[in-house]
Amino acid sequence: MTLRGIVGLLAAAVPGTASAGSFLEPAGPIASAQFSHFGVISALMLIVIVPMFVALPIVLYRYRRGGKGTYRPDWEFNWGLEVVIWGIPVALALALGMALWKHTLEYDPYRALGPEPLVVEVVALDWKFLFLYPEQGVATINLLALPEDRPVTLRLTSGTVMQSFIIPRLAGQIYAMAGMQTQLNLLASETGDFIGRNTQYNGLGFATQSFTTRVMSPDAFAGWAEATKAQPAALDAAGFAKLLSPSVVSEPVLYGRFTPGLFGQVMARFAPAMVQGHGQAGMAAPPAPHQGHHHMPEAGR
Amino acid sequence: MNWELIFGQIKWNSFVFSGAIENPSLSEFIASGAGFIAVLGALAAVILLTVKGWWVPLWRDWLTSVDHKKVGIMYIAIALVMFARAVIEAALIRAQQLSAYDGGGFLSADHFGQLFSTHGTIMIFFVAMPFITGLMNYVMPLQIGARDVSFPLLNAISLMLTMAGAILIMVSLVVGQFSTGGWSAYPPFTGIEFSPGEGVDYWIWAVSLGSIGSTLTGLNFAVTIYKKRCPGMTLFRMPLFCWTTLCTSILMIFAMAPLTAATIMLALDRYAGFHFFTNGDGGNMMNYANLFWLFGHPEVYILILPAFGVWSEVVATFASKRIYGYTSLVYATMCIAVLSFAVWLHHFFTMGQSANVNAVFGIATMVIGVPTGVKVYDWLLTMVGGRIRFTTPMLFHINFLLTFILGGMTGVLLANPGVDFQVHNTLFLVAHFHNMIIPGVLFGMFAAVQFWFPKVFGFRLHEGLGRASFWCFAPGFLLAFFPLYWLGMMGATRRTYMWSDPSYLPWLALAMAGAALILAGFALMVAQIVVSVRRREQLAAPLGDPWDGRALEWSIPSPPPEWNFAVLPQVTARDPFYEAKKAGIAYRSPAAYEDIEVPRNTATAPLIGLFACAWAFALVWHIWWLVVVSFVLMWVVVIVRSFQTDTEETVPAATVKAANEAFLAAARAAPGVARDREMTSENRGRALPEGLEGRSGPVSSRAPVEVLP
Repeated sequence: MTLRGIVGLLAAAVPGTASAGSFLEPAGPIASAQFSHFGVISALMLIVIVPMFVALPIVLYRYRRGGKGTYRPDWEFNWGLEVVIWGIPVALALALGMALWKHTLEYDPYRALGPEPLVVEVVALDWKFLFLYPEQGVATINLLALPEDRPVTLRLTSGTVMQSFIIPRLAGQIYAMAGMQTQLNLLASETGDFIGRNTQYNGLGFATQSFTTRVMSPDAFAGWAEATKAQPAALDAAGFAKLLSPSVVSEPVLYGRFTPGLFGQVMARFAPAMVQGHGQAGMAAPPAPHQGHHHMPEAGR
Repeated sequence: MNWELIFGQIKWNSFVFSGAIENPSLSEFIASGAGFIAVLGALAAVILLTVKGWWVPLWRDWLTSVDHKKVGIMYIAIALVMFARAVIEAALIRAQQLSAYDGGGFLSADHFGQLFSTHGTIMIFFVAMPFITGLMNYVMPLQIGARDVSFPLLNAISLMLTMAGAILIMVSLVVGQFSTGGWSAYPPFTGIEFSPGEGVDYWIWAVSLGSIGSTLTGLNFAVTIYKKRCPGMTLFRMPLFCWTTLCTSILMIFAMAPLTAATIMLALDRYAGFHFFTNGDGGNMMNYANLFWLFGHPEVYILILPAFGVWSEVVATFASKRIYGYTSLVYATMCIAVLSFAVWLHHFFTMGQSANVNAVFGIATMVIGVPTGVKVYDWLLTMVGGRIRFTTPMLFHINFLLTFILGGMTGVLLANPGVDFQVHNTLFLVAHFHNMIIPGVLFGMFAAVQFWFPKVFGFRLHEGLGRASFWCFAPGFLLAFFPLYWLGMMGATRRTYMWSDPSYLPWLALAMAGAALILAGFALMVAQIVVSVRRREQLAAPLGDPWDGRALEWSIPSPPPEWNFAVLPQVTARDPFYEAKKAGIAYRSPAAYEDIEVPRNTATAPLIGLFACAWAFALVWHIWWLVVVSFVLMWVVVIVRSFQTDTEETVPAATVKAANEAFLAAARAAPGVARDREMTSENRGRALPEGLEGRSGPVSSRAPVEVLP
């Protein structure tokens, strides 16, 4: 029986498994890999956990005061046992470490999941998310529309305090920080509405700072983009400045167009030097061997 | 009249009660109620002290004392008082989340933010830290055969700085608001732009005082262990609790500094317009995350290592057996101490660094699991070949082995960046660290209280109530936190004052039931202490060895005299007192007595604490004249003290001899108590060693005793 099967059974018996926002029900390869990695690590860990649960009751029973076990008050060492209690954890740590290494590199959030990803720029605000679609020229608040089966690259920054962005059924968290850019690559292999949210406390509206991720068929997505373009509202720098004041947005907002380069301008508010092309100085992260791993704005490179 | 010059930013509506008047709501009433309880508690303490005439004894015998034993007791008293507050806050958090489906609940978002921030800050800095520090203070010098720590006055100053921090947090209940930035206080949210007002400043100064106190403690204890061991007490003959104390002290020295640096830098950002961690102007909050967790991860081991030491003592004593794999445990502890500085980044895998960096720190985190796993199995093997008694501390230990290993499993899960991406900042994470800290540290400290209480006060704690409290605490913990794992996997974010997924409800209800059980456990523990004090005659064990103990502290009377050891012991093996009992040479009179120098009590430490508290309060409220005055006074006290030369007094040899010979005679005359009678009133603290019933106990009291002139 596969892990999915087991959890599926559990889901039937246990309330809450079928919640809309959990990686226990992955809707894309990243969340799916994270879920199965969770299972693999848990299973491996049973190697050190089960013996304790089996041996401890036996030892307690046998060596209780008045029990049958021989009393050996001065016994304190045995090389054989020593090799076992160091050896097994070391071997296990090796196995776990290898699994970790492989998984971490393979599912690096910065690694694009295919050619020509859909790029969406995400600006974390108090207490809402702004999504910019450079390709489509539209923008939304608290609605992330995505096409099914197309790689997506999210570029994130913050217009306010640090936030942590997650869509549990698609991919895990990445921080959004002012003046910096982080990336999250994902792919949705199912259509539907999935909850996404900020998980880093940022004040009074934090508890309600969630958004809908709406995954549609590619055609439906194209249709959605067209329909959104027809929206009269436009987002420019002045409109963006208004978004900076904290507010809870309960219904998604759609903008038919936005000022190109707005994402860069948001970052430039905090790190102007970088965006103007002097990015090598200042707070750049050390150059990572991995492509695209800079906290600096793209324009700085 | 410029009131601001005098009162800084304190206004009449800074007081918590004004909130209930201006904006009556249940949330405000609870806040006012808490402030009211704090004020009433302080008032009740003042009245009690006055009515009973305890002010003078309190000052003379306790606050001015530099005796490591009294300092230790005061630390633990702080921990218990603060625990009472923080555990009630925990119950409020649980109750709010249970009732908060779709915006219900009784607390405002802001009040909830303050609650989780004070709960975390208090539990770490003013419960766990003083608890372990108090315990190390009391026990470590006794176990290494020392008369005090190396720097007794510094020790008292550490205590008073910690107390000042604790008082400051209690004051925040009444005057002003506390931070809503959580116990880790991440900027830029905690910067002045997003958190104006006094809340974060309370956090900064309370934590700074505590962390400076802990740095001094670390230095003090490390030096004590290096320099004050009694003759023959080589490092590898020390009880394991001393080893873990040493490792914790080393960690304190190196790990508290980054925290102090981070809080001071955050303060400069807030007070002086610096830009260490701000958005823009060159500030970068990632530096804060690194500094904070460079402290924060070793901190985890600062807390757990002393508890590991307690577990080692408890399991060996109540299995009546040598510890299995002593050397292995020592090396495992040292490995943990060193590795604890190499894993801090796993607290922010989600910050966007390269996958290689994440993988390295993830693997380092798994490596640190190896020595921890070894220790767990060493304790299991210690029981093999023993004669296990299921006393309260032992019950806590068994519970620890089973639950801690599960927490270890979720810790390894979290060490995987891929898993962490999903469950970071969720209740899964909350469940994990509570799973390590409650059965590990907190229950470790409770076990230590049960174990060493008769040493400290000369009478045992009521065993029945102890077990009853265990049977509330242990299942209470499971109920309160295992549902949180599941909630976290379902995507429930931490620190939310409301939620909207109906499937969370049953799990939150279970967690609430667990919280209620934990509260019941705490109530039973308080009842246990009260009942035991009342029945102290019945429970008395003045002869010092109620549990058939193994290390030096059990060889002296309970409570120990001010000078601890009449004559410094000579140690020739591990478990020296056990070996002495086995060889029939315990309770021998020493060859000769000498005068003993003990440090005089001094008002230095409490005065420094008082001025530090005033200084911090003034900083919080921008009362600049008081900032200057209290800072100057603090240093005036230090300077005045440095001119005092007569800081020690002598206890004459005759006094020491009279006290010690009386104790030894009583111990020799007392019939030994076998282990199956240890929970009866027959147990006066003279043990018949397990397995030696045939030739020890009464035998040794008949045996020729070497009484030298």
